[in-house]
Amino acid sequence: MSSALRPDLAAIAEMIPYGSRVLDVGCGDGALLEHLAATKNVDGRGLELSQQNVNACVTRGLPVVQGDADTDLGEYPTGAFDVAILSQTIQATFAPRDVLGHLLRIGRRTVISLPNFGHWRVRLALLANGRMPKTQALGYAWYDTPNIHLCTIADFVGLASEMGAAIERSLSLDENGLTRPMRADAWGPNLLANGAIFLLRGEEGKSS
Amino acid sequence: MAETGNPQFLRPVTAADADIGQAMTFGPDKPLTLDCGKTLSPLTVAYMTYGNLNAARSNTVLICHALTLDQFVASASPITGKPGWWEMMVGPGKPIDTDRFFVICANVVGGCMGTTGPADICPATGKPYGLDFPLVTIRDMVRAQAMLLDALGIEKVMCVTGGSMGGMQVLQWAADYPDRVVSAVPIACAARHSAQNIAFHEVGRQAIMADPDWKGGTYQLHGTQPGKGLAVARMAAHITYLSETALQRKFGRNLQNREHISFGFGPDFQIESYLRHQGMTFVDRFDANSYLYITRAMDYFDLAAEHDGKLAEAFRGSKTRFCIISFTSDWLFPTVENKRVAHALNATAATVSFVEIQTDRGHDAFLLDEPEMFATVRGFLNSVAAKVGA
Repeated sequence: MSSALRPDLAAIAEMIPYGSRVLDVGCGDGALLEHLAATKNVDGRGLELSQQNVNACVTRGLPVVQGDADTDLGEYPTGAFDVAILSQTIQATFAPRDVLGHLLRIGRRTVISLPNFGHWRVRLALLANGRMPKTQALGYAWYDTPNIHLCTIADFVGLASEMGAAIERSLSLDENGLTRPMRADAWGPNLLANGAIFLLRGEEGKSS
Repeated sequence: MAETGNPQFLRPVTAADADIGQAMTFGPDKPLTLDCGKTLSPLTVAYMTYGNLNAARSNTVLICHALTLDQFVASASPITGKPGWWEMMVGPGKPIDTDRFFVICANVVGGCMGTTGPADICPATGKPYGLDFPLVTIRDMVRAQAMLLDALGIEKVMCVTGGSMGGMQVLQWAADYPDRVVSAVPIACAARHSAQNIAFHEVGRQAIMADPDWKGGTYQLHGTQPGKGLAVARMAAHITYLSETALQRKFGRNLQNREHISFGFGPDFQIESYLRHQGMTFVDRFDANSYLYITRAMDYFDLAAEHDGKLAEAFRGSKTRFCIISFTSDWLFPTVENKRVAHALNATAATVSFVEIQTDRGHDAFLLDEPEMFATVRGFLNSVAAKVGA
C-alpha cells in the first residue's frame, strides 16, 4: 500500500518513538503518517493546506485537518502531542518564528526539516551571477517562489537557541535526501548540506 | 411498545409507484421526553431504508435531513414524484453505497412527512396540534431517531451524516451517544446557530404569521393555508442557500420572457421569477407550522451551551471518527463555523478530519454534484468500513 518512503521522511520516521502521538504539519498526501501508523503504531494527526492532499489522507483513513500552519496552530492545546513534525515547510510560512514557537508548545519534541540556503551552490550562484539563486533544491524564480523565509542551517540553529529550544539531534541532508549526523554549530554542513533535520525539545518537553 | 405500519402523509400521494417507506409508532408507554420539559405521545417516526443490514449489524449509515427535506434520500418522493434529494451521494455504487451499507433516514420530529408534527391530531383535544405542539430541539430530533434505532434493534451505527440542520443532528448524535456512533460526517453546519441565521429564520416566521390565513396556527380548522407567507419565508431562505457568485452566474440581470423592463412590479428579472417559483412549489409540499417549529429548533441549537460554553467538552473522550466538510462559498454555515468544531475536537484529542471544498455554489453545494465531496465521503467511509468490517 505504501511505496518506499522518501529518504528524508524515513530519517524523520526513525526519530519518532513507538506508540507516540504525532502531529504532522504540512503532511502532504499522508505518506509519513501512514508509515508511522503502520510501522510504529503512532496515533497521528495531520494539518495540510491542499484540498487534494487532504482528500488523499482521508481516503487513507488518516485524520487530517485542512488548514494553514500560520493561522491554525494556535488552536492546538499545549503539550497535546509527543512529537510535532514540520517537514520542508518552515521556509514557506509567513511567520516562521511564531510557527516554531507553536510547534515547541504543542509537541514535547519537535522535528523540523529545512532546505539550507547556506549551501555553497546557493552562495556561489549569488556571488557569480548577482541574481537570486535557482538550484536543484530551490528551483523557483524569486518572483514566484513559495519559499518566502529561507534560512541557512546556522540561521535556524541561532533561532532555536534564541527561543530556548534544545537541539537533541541534527542530521544533514544531501542532494538525494540521504542523511548523516552532523554537529549543528559546525561550519561544514552549513556550506555543504542541501538541508537539515533537527530534533528539538522546547520548554514543554524539559521535564521529559 | 413500538409498532411498524405505513406512514400517513399530510399531502396526497401523487407518485403512486413511489416507495412510501415505513412508520414506527411508539405507544403511551414510550413517550418522547422533550428538552422543553413536555412529553410527546403517541409518537410516530416515518422513515426510509435502503440496502440491507448485515449479519453483524455493523453497516448502518444514518442520514439526518435538512430543514425542508425528508426521509426520501435515494428514491422518489411519493408527494412530489421528484427524485430523492441525495441520489448522487446515496445508492448502489454511490459514495454511500447501498450495495454495502444499510441506510436509514427518518423524518424529524416536528416535521410534516409522516413523523409526528404540529399538523397531526393532538390526542388531548382531538384537533390538530397547531401551536399546542411542544417546542422541539435538535436534541429531541436525535432522541426520536435513537428510539427508532432501538426499535429496529440497531445498537451502533457505522456513520451518521447529513448537511445543514442534518449536520447539527450529526454533532448532537456524536455528543449524546458517543458509544453508538462509530463515525460522523457533519457537512456544511455549525455547533450553534449564528445571530444572522436566527435573523433570517425570524423573517421567515414573521412572514408566515403575518399571513391572515395563518389564523394563529389554526389554519387547518379553517380549511386555509398561509401559502403567501410560507412562500415568502421560502424565498428569503432560498437566497441564503446560494451565493452571490452563483446568482450572478445563473441569472445576472437577465430579464424573464421580455425584451425590456416593464416599469411595474411583475417578475421582470429571471431571479424574481425563480424565487417566486421556489416559493410556490414549496407551499405544495410543506406545512407552515412545521416550518415555524423546525426553524426554531435550529435557532435553539448551541452544543457548547449544554457544556458550560465549552464545545470541546461536548466531545470529551469521544472515540468517534469525525470527517467535517465545508464549502468555500457557504455564507450560511461558513468554513469558520465548521472549523470551530474541528478545533474543538482536536482539543479533546478526538480523531478528526476537516475538508473545505472549493465551490461557488454556496450552502446548497452539499446537495449538488461536487466530485471532491463525493471523493471525501467515499474515501472516509471506505476506511471506516474497513475498520469495523462492514
